[in-house]
Amino acid sequence: MAEFRMPSLGADMDEGTLLEWLVHPGDPVHKGDIVAVVDTAKAAVEVECFDSGVVEQLLVEPGTRVPVGTVLATIAPPGTPVAPSPAPAVASPAPVAPSPAPVAPSPAPVPSPTPDAPVTSPLIRHLIAERHLDRNALHGTGPGGRITHADLDRAAATTPPSAPPTAPAAPEAPPPATPAGASPPPAAPSPVRASPLARRLAAELGVDLATVTGTGPHGAIDADDVRAAASTGAPPTAEPTPSRAPTEAAPVGPAPVGHPPRGADMRAAIAALMARSKREIPHYYLTETVDLGAALTWMRDRNRELPVSRRLVPAALLLKAAARAAVAVPQLNGFWLDGQFTAGSAVHLGVAVSLRGGGLVAPAIHDAADLPLDELMARLKDLVARARAGRLRRAELSDPTITVSNLGEQGAESILGVIYPPQVALVGFGRIVDRPWAVDGLIGVRPVVTASLSGDHRATDGATGARYLQTMAHLLATPEEL
Amino acid sequence: MNTADADRLVRTALREVAPDADLSRLRPDADLRDALTLDSLDFLRLVELLSEGSGKRIDEEDYPKLGTFSDAVGYLSS
Amino acid sequence: MTTITYREAMRAAMRDALRRDDRVFLMGEDVGRYGGCFGVSLGLLEEFGPDRIRDTPLSESAFVGAGIGAALGGMRPIVEIMTVNFSLLALDQIMNNAATLLHMSGGQFPVPLVIRMTTGAGRQLAAQHSHSLEGWYAHIPGLRILAPATVEDARGMLWTALLDPDPVLIFEHGSLYNLSGELGDDAGSVEIAHAAVRRPGRDVTLVSYGGTMGTAMTAADQLAGQGIDAEVVDLRVLRPLDEATVIDSVRRTHRLVVIDEGWRSGSLSAEVAARVVEQAFYELDAPIARVCSAEVPMPYARHLEQAALPQSATVVNAVHEMVG
Repeated sequence: MAEFRMPSLGADMDEGTLLEWLVHPGDPVHKGDIVAVVDTAKAAVEVECFDSGVVEQLLVEPGTRVPVGTVLATIAPPGTPVAPSPAPAVASPAPVAPSPAPVAPSPAPVPSPTPDAPVTSPLIRHLIAERHLDRNALHGTGPGGRITHADLDRAAATTPPSAPPTAPAAPEAPPPATPAGASPPPAAPSPVRASPLARRLAAELGVDLATVTGTGPHGAIDADDVRAAASTGAPPTAEPTPSRAPTEAAPVGPAPVGHPPRGADMRAAIAALMARSKREIPHYYLTETVDLGAALTWMRDRNRELPVSRRLVPAALLLKAAARAAVAVPQLNGFWLDGQFTAGSAVHLGVAVSLRGGGLVAPAIHDAADLPLDELMARLKDLVARARAGRLRRAELSDPTITVSNLGEQGAESILGVIYPPQVALVGFGRIVDRPWAVDGLIGVRPVVTASLSGDHRATDGATGARYLQTMAHLLATPEEL
Repeated sequence: MNTADADRLVRTALREVAPDADLSRLRPDADLRDALTLDSLDFLRLVELLSEGSGKRIDEEDYPKLGTFSDAVGYLSS
Repeated sequence: MTTITYREAMRAAMRDALRRDDRVFLMGEDVGRYGGCFGVSLGLLEEFGPDRIRDTPLSESAFVGAGIGAALGGMRPIVEIMTVNFSLLALDQIMNNAATLLHMSGGQFPVPLVIRMTTGAGRQLAAQHSHSLEGWYAHIPGLRILAPATVEDARGMLWTALLDPDPVLIFEHGSLYNLSGELGDDAGSVEIAHAAVRRPGRDVTLVSYGGTMGTAMTAADQLAGQGIDAEVVDLRVLRPLDEATVIDSVRRTHRLVVIDEGWRSGSLSAEVAARVVEQAFYELDAPIARVCSAEVPMPYARHLEQAALPQSATVVNAVHEMVG
């Protein structure tokens, strides 16, 4: 039996929230199938499984935040009959359940360093508050350790309430905007009242809701309250974990990722990563102006014969050249880890994609150097579309070996970029502009682009960076060979 | 394609390419790429949608004729 | 640009359709000699003659059934029902025939019928002429349900509806007929698949349609004066519901008020709220609020009728509750 675990999707990821199961118990799965969606601080990421077989049990419910490495599901060998179970975390004694206790698997599925509070539904939380029970003292006997109504009745029978119980639920509240029975008596020590958005933000920004004062409807904590608390309180968890098991320490490029509505939390993630880069990486910068006359003429001739859907844009040529140059100068393609350089196994080209409405992600195009141009172009279109929709795959986020930031037509003339740790180089392209240019002793007007290289001086010296830019310029001079 | 159809096609295409843009505030003579911050991929997608929607072949040389909203409507309805 | 009323825009849409396609004809109670109970078809009998503008007996079941038959036979009928309350007499035809035949014939018999009817209160027509039952029709698979709230949609939805192979119901809120608006000289048909953001905003999303769009826009104006930037979404199409536009808006504003002249219980507003909770729960920064009609038969007395209907002040209060 194999176990499907919460993956590490970045050097700075310690835990993740399971957002969605894409499989059910009993479903056959194959290695590489997308089986779940996991929310990191930065993006919803589709995660694939690494084993083939039949999904046996889903151990973690959507919405649950668990540490990296936590077993999320078990996968039985192919062909194993598995009784389909209607909901995740239903811990009816499974055929292969390792747990000796058949009925009380409360914290079992989620081995976490600190004992988690028992799982509770909104109704149960409401009743706990109403009956003045201590949530942490309750023992859940429901599926997945959930606290059930019966557990509350049992607890109420054995535990004297900490305060006199109030009248049962108030009659339905008449005003239209007030959910029925929403207001517990003010004297009751109620659980934190916070909006779903505020809860999500608090989890992402590392804010303890118990310390936040609510200013929203009926004193509830809303998103602005959490943001205010985050900006005044302790900084969110931005530091990478110093040590992690070697298997988990895959050299991962934690791109600041997300999708448009994330706003403040994505900003926080970018802030943390870029600050870390500038704190740790001694950057050096080189620039080279590259003549694109030949490349663009070649591209236009090629496009003329093609339908719009198959035409290239200049960015595809620039990305291909950047990837090929990284093959030629492998010292720039890889990671700085534990005080030394580790070369990437292939060129997985990170592409910085700016999101409409602000923010940035840098997912990878895998094996970019080996892709024919039209394939690279298709991947680029697909990647940008999905990045903007907030649906990237695990591998795209976790393993760029070198990143390109291309400002494009709306950008400035040149960019000196900040390296994504633990990568060791970032390639920048400014806007393509027409400039006077000397060719064979004559001045002509040519389209040129300023290419730049930001290098990690711990890993390489300027001479290596210069060789990279030269190689790229030569490649762009002979576009038909790209 | 008449002007009304072209107008609708351009609007529909822009809504897909720049879903967050407020087209009611777009001046007809504003440069689309500037006003809606379209990058080259966005623009290519726009051309693709206009070409599919109108059944008209659009060559790369003609891209400048799609620079503004009114240009694009004029080009498609001509 | 010309200024035109909603009634005139609807009439222009019918005139245009009658001219463009000779399979199109209009029938209903008093649509001919009287010019329509609400004056929408005034002058069309004189222009198009009694074969194409047909007065019918007072039997909704009969003339809606006849419209279904005509549509099956290749015509493009526009059937006018005086009010949605009376459409219940034809509910069997609409639900058991119009909405099901394509399905039950294995795709052989489309019913390209358009039914127009008046809905809503506000004109002291009392409890048998004033209800907003479009939400019921929006429950039925096989129908497309439209609620034009602007002169542009009144002018443009009909033709697109006639092109639709499925039966399409157009709900015209009675209070809108005298609404004036600017219409472009080249105004023509409009798409009937998407909701529209009528006013962009950052702080709260007000979702409405048809007769309560004015309520929502007025509330947004009042809120703007208080520094609250409301986004107003016009559903336009009640079935199939364009949930993407609503959810995108909530992702921007994180708060939602649904304004619906239907009764709250089992209403379209409930459907909108449920879908947002299903799909954008973690975007919500406050409980969803709904402003609906009071759950009473619509009163006749003016002050009671107004008290029963969604008002902009109620919307403003609901927003205040959630903005905190």
